[in-house]
Amino acid sequence: MLLLTCPHCGIAAEETEFNPGGEAHLKRHGPGASDEDFEGYLFLRHNVKGPVLERWRHSYGCGKWFLAARDSVTLQVYGTYPASLAHPSDEVGDSVRAAHPNWRTQI
Amino acid sequence: MSRPSAPPPGPFRLASGGRLIDRAYSTGFRFNRRHLRGFKGDTLASALLGSGVALVGRSFKYHRPRGILASGVEEPNALLGLGQGGRFEPNQRATTTALMPGMVTESQNAWPSLDSDVGAINAPLWRFFPAGFYYKTFIHPRAAWLNVFEPVIRRAAGLGRAPKQADPDRYEQAYGFAETVVVGGGIAGLSAARDAAREGGRVLVLEQTPHWGGRTPVDHAGGEARVGALLDELRGMENVTLRRNTQATGLYDHGYLLARESLADHDPKADLPRQRLWRIRAGRVIVATGAHERPIAFAGNDVPGVMLASAVRDYIVNWAVAPGRRIAVVTSNDDAYRTALAALDAGLEVAAVIDARPVADGRLPQAVRARGVEVLTGTGIAGVRGGKLISGVDLCAQDGAGKVTGRLDCDCVAMSGGWSPVVHLWSHCGGRLLWDEPGGFFRPEPSRPPTGPDGAPNVAVVGAADGDLAVAALTGAEVEAPSAQVWLMPAQATRKARFKMWLDYQNDVKVSDVVVAAQEGFVSVEHAKRYTTLGMATDQGKTSNVNGLAVLSEALAQPVAATGTTTFRPPYTPLTFGAIAAEAKGAIFQPLRRTPMHAWHEARGAAWEPVGLWRRPYTYPQGGETHTDAINREILAVRGGVGMLDASTLGKILVTGPDAGRFLDMVYTGMMSSLPVGKCRYGLMCNDNGFLIDDGVVVRLAEDQWLCHTTTGGAERIHGHMEDWLQCEWFDWKVYTANLTEQYAQIAVVGPKARDLLEALGGMDVSAEALPFMTFADGELGGHPVRLYRISFSGELSFELATPAGRGLALWEALMAAGKPFGVTPYGTEAMHVLRAEKGFIMIGDETDGTVIPQDLNLHWAISKKKADFIGKRAQERSFMASPDRWRLVGLESLDGRMLPDGVYAVAEGVNANGQRNVQGRVTSTYASPTLGRPIAMGLVAHGPERMGEILEFPVKGADSVRARIVDPVFYDKEGTRANG
Repeated sequence: MLLLTCPHCGIAAEETEFNPGGEAHLKRHGPGASDEDFEGYLFLRHNVKGPVLERWRHSYGCGKWFLAARDSVTLQVYGTYPASLAHPSDEVGDSVRAAHPNWRTQI
Repeated sequence: MSRPSAPPPGPFRLASGGRLIDRAYSTGFRFNRRHLRGFKGDTLASALLGSGVALVGRSFKYHRPRGILASGVEEPNALLGLGQGGRFEPNQRATTTALMPGMVTESQNAWPSLDSDVGAINAPLWRFFPAGFYYKTFIHPRAAWLNVFEPVIRRAAGLGRAPKQADPDRYEQAYGFAETVVVGGGIAGLSAARDAAREGGRVLVLEQTPHWGGRTPVDHAGGEARVGALLDELRGMENVTLRRNTQATGLYDHGYLLARESLADHDPKADLPRQRLWRIRAGRVIVATGAHERPIAFAGNDVPGVMLASAVRDYIVNWAVAPGRRIAVVTSNDDAYRTALAALDAGLEVAAVIDARPVADGRLPQAVRARGVEVLTGTGIAGVRGGKLISGVDLCAQDGAGKVTGRLDCDCVAMSGGWSPVVHLWSHCGGRLLWDEPGGFFRPEPSRPPTGPDGAPNVAVVGAADGDLAVAALTGAEVEAPSAQVWLMPAQATRKARFKMWLDYQNDVKVSDVVVAAQEGFVSVEHAKRYTTLGMATDQGKTSNVNGLAVLSEALAQPVAATGTTTFRPPYTPLTFGAIAAEAKGAIFQPLRRTPMHAWHEARGAAWEPVGLWRRPYTYPQGGETHTDAINREILAVRGGVGMLDASTLGKILVTGPDAGRFLDMVYTGMMSSLPVGKCRYGLMCNDNGFLIDDGVVVRLAEDQWLCHTTTGGAERIHGHMEDWLQCEWFDWKVYTANLTEQYAQIAVVGPKARDLLEALGGMDVSAEALPFMTFADGELGGHPVRLYRISFSGELSFELATPAGRGLALWEALMAAGKPFGVTPYGTEAMHVLRAEKGFIMIGDETDGTVIPQDLNLHWAISKKKADFIGKRAQERSFMASPDRWRLVGLESLDGRMLPDGVYAVAEGVNANGQRNVQGRVTSTYASPTLGRPIAMGLVAHGPERMGEILEFPVKGADSVRARIVDPVFYDKEGTRANG
């Protein structure tokens, strides 16, 4: 059971206090989008082995959504950041690159 | 505990010794109806052995007689049924169960009795039960599997029997936190705990048995004193907690450790929870779980009396029990010589030490020789003489095919094929293993540890669990030569002999089975495991895995390292469901949500329907009414007079702020920003897949304030859905949401006399002119503050009254009193369902199932064509969603008056690729309508609305198909005049 720290309320809590929300930084495509773009938004996910950026909600705490950079292999949590950020914060990015020097976000 | 001066219980109890028993207290117990005695401090296993009980069970597949093999958790054979009634528990290991006064125990897998078991007929047939037997045999004819093979196999298979009554004991859970958790209270664990405690931080030490010290007090001179000194030091440290009888069962992500503490196992008189499940968060875990001794694969190695060498000396030293009077030791290593010495010290005879190695001249073999015991090097066991008891063993050259070279008389064989570190916890959460070739075992790969949330290693392994079997630095023992790798005895054993060499005792897997699996192409260790069931029993292969892997490797002619090992998964030992559930059962399994009027409904004998965590009145049966009668009465009362429904559970989400209208235009398919203040509008909500997820009435309370009603089950989900979009997509929009569901009680007053009832209460103008359909007003009715909505889910004249939750019951009772002259009738959810179905109104979860879009339900009118975007709009433009071939909502009218079963499919011409009939629609709602006096149904049908009048065929199991005509889904009051009153 993972330990995650909510970046909004600062509380480190067990996984059962959160709900997962899948891959982060998806670009929403609405009316007018091509079939290809819409398919990518709705169905295609990176699902990588290694650092992943994902959505979590502190459901049984402050109720806020946040994003986490987490390693799907080692389960290392590189950091968490508010859902309003378009990219991982520099601090989180540095933390990922410390373990994976060639890592780039797939945003 | 009684009779302090009782004679030594059992003929195999030694006259002196036994470091764990208290001879002052003799304890009676029952085994298969025999009355036996042991001492306080005995395990069930030691008490049985002390009483001369060698045969304790029958094996799983062949019903072979089986005796006690081990002295700890790795025991594969001695699984007993314990206790009676609700406290009965199957598959309890005799070796880890403390003897309690009056304990009632029984052997398993034997019928009619342990001594004359008819299932043993399987044994002579074992050539016909090879690996993969089930897969090969019960294939044809296909139908026979369901009706013949499976029921028969199920009756014959399985260990033990499940208890039939509820468990009367209490269980509890507790949270634990420590910077360091040490698992294992042997010398390595205690030493590691002391070192960790000196560094600081909380240190928690868990020991699975009631005793500290592990093997050290038995195996090493002065060991008990060393352990005692360590314990004294640890007990003096404030940051150390020592917890015995606590089994760490699994290590999970980020240092989450589960451990079961036995508080009052098998002692119902103790006023304690029986077990406590610790949910521990550990900064780091030090695994000091020791090692398990391995059997040797020789013919007849499962005959009762063949035991692990370490277990034999445990029974002698710890419990003063002689597993035999004349013991033969068979070994691949020096360690087993300790058993010979312990037996000699206890005055028992050692027939010989049979050592597979060509040379044995270590300190321990020399010590045994010095005591006058013959050491037969280069020798193996060709076979064991005896069935339920051992009479002797046949000897052979280890490096041969098994030609008998001699015979030893003995009544017990103590075997040791080396040791396997207990690496389970290390492996549970990702630690890798390596094959230690000189040692002949898997041990943790130090460079591939499990890691914590910060990416740093959070598990360490010490002592025997790390492959340091002698823990020489702590015990003062000399380092012994590693065990020879003796995977078969003799090395060139014949095919016939391999049929009698057991690897996995509990699942009856033999050397021959693993060889067959390899020959048949199961070269992956994970496949071979599943094909043979090696290591898949309740002991999870603690004594068998490495032997099995080695045999597989030999059959594949590859090193063990290339074969690898199967995955270790929690739990390490079985956990009872009682501990996993703990207090979360019965009434407190989950919270129960009650409306403010719950007690009123309860007092009227309401039948309940669970909706989410709520309980809603399903119907209110009166006198001897059946539910059907009661529901019909309620429906007719609503249609003919006035009824009242507790609608408090409906979700109520307040959406406010400068961008609230813009936001709701995205959330709903319809236009909500244009809704005038004071008006209500029905809305549909989709997800971005386009599928309908919820519906309800939206109310505009003020310029910047909307109240969104959701379904009862949808309130939290929809609130979460709104927050997801607000926080993650449109986080710069100024919108605030609040889930007010529980703040208001809500009452629907429904029927032609609804207005009369409200007027009788008085206080507000409820005329059609003052309060038209789909509007609301705030005011007071009979002195009660209400928000009055004119909305209808039944097609009747209908009002919904919201009031602060605390005043809900008073308002309900006032309405009931005022309604008495009008015959007001409380009605439940089932009447509500029928009323809506008669009107063709959809219900989320009936007409929708996560694959239905609003267009399927002919709800185009509720989808705005003006809006550039809403959640789900783009998806609804996908070709599959826009297809004219989608199944769409229609009414269905049964031709012969039979009700259509819920969910049945309408068949079409032809068959699909699987040879099944093609289908063209299905029933989504079906009811007996008392209003119309006939059954009604709705369904989704291909091209449905274009096929009015066509007749569909719905096959029904066990009866003739129901034929039904496609009709308008609005069955009642098609003009919709009744809602106007």
